Amino acid sequence: MNPEWMDGLIGGLIIGIAASAFLLINGRILGASGILGGLVDLSGRSNAVERLSFLIGLICGPIILTQYLGLHLTGLTSNPYILISSALLVGIGTRLANGCTSGHGVCGLSRFSLRGIFATIFYLLSGILTIIVFKNLVGIL
Amino acid sequence: MKNIFALICGAIFGMGLYKSGMTDTTKVQGWLDIFGDWDPTLAFVLGGAIIPMTITWQLTKKIKKPVLANLFPKKPEQKISKSLIIGSIMFGGGWGLSGLCPGPAIASLSFGGWQGLLFFFTMALGMIMTPNIENWFSKK
Repeated sequence: MNPEWMDGLIGGLIIGIAASAFLLINGRILGASGILGGLVDLSGRSNAVERLSFLIGLICGPIILTQYLGLHLTGLTSNPYILISSALLVGIGTRLANGCTSGHGVCGLSRFSLRGIFATIFYLLSGILTIIVFKNLVGIL
Repeated sequence: MKNIFALICGAIFGMGLYKSGMTDTTKVQGWLDIFGDWDPTLAFVLGGAIIPMTITWQLTKKIKKPVLANLFPKKPEQKISKSLIIGSIMFGGGWGLSGLCPGPAIASLSFGGWQGLLFFFTMALGMIMTPNIENWFSKK
């Protein structure tokens, strides 16, 4: 077993390699919310098959890996109110901002994009504040 | 060909997310919990992902075009818009509440249970609704 920070670093490097390959080969930015969002709101019709192929790979990659590393569950809450409000915020927020952790975070920061830097600062601060309020103060998380 | 490479890149991305712990919502919430039991793992994930990508962006300046496409994506206009800030604040709030962002939400679909499925379909619904929300705001 690697220490957790080592797993994080190795996993992060793999994520960076995937994003690099997608850019160098397909000429596209690896942004999860953009790839899915363009498919479901039909704005990305022209390359729908490419988007769908990516998403199928994204679902299947971890299935292969769980055979070797064992299954680590997500630990996701079972509270439907938290699930639904959180998912709506993530869905609408990432589309309004035009990116999420992968698009703005990984691809944006690495290209020194001002929009990526601003987005990352604001979603990190907002996430930290949410944990302070709902976990540490209210205690529902 | 493009679709095959998209599938492969998606699979590698998913493996990276799984290996790094990004699909574990307790680790993500631990990373955001800076005044509680802080878990620094995600700093290594983000750092690890940015290193190869920084080199790749430099490389795109040297080579003319991607292998299977005509040009590299241009940097969008660097305008810090209201929707960028509001959207990022909303996203961060949702990310903190559940510990899931879009990539890991999709990557964990096969083992995330009904909770993961509910999250995924609600997130997709939010994405479908967004153009209407934007129109509504721009009319105000």
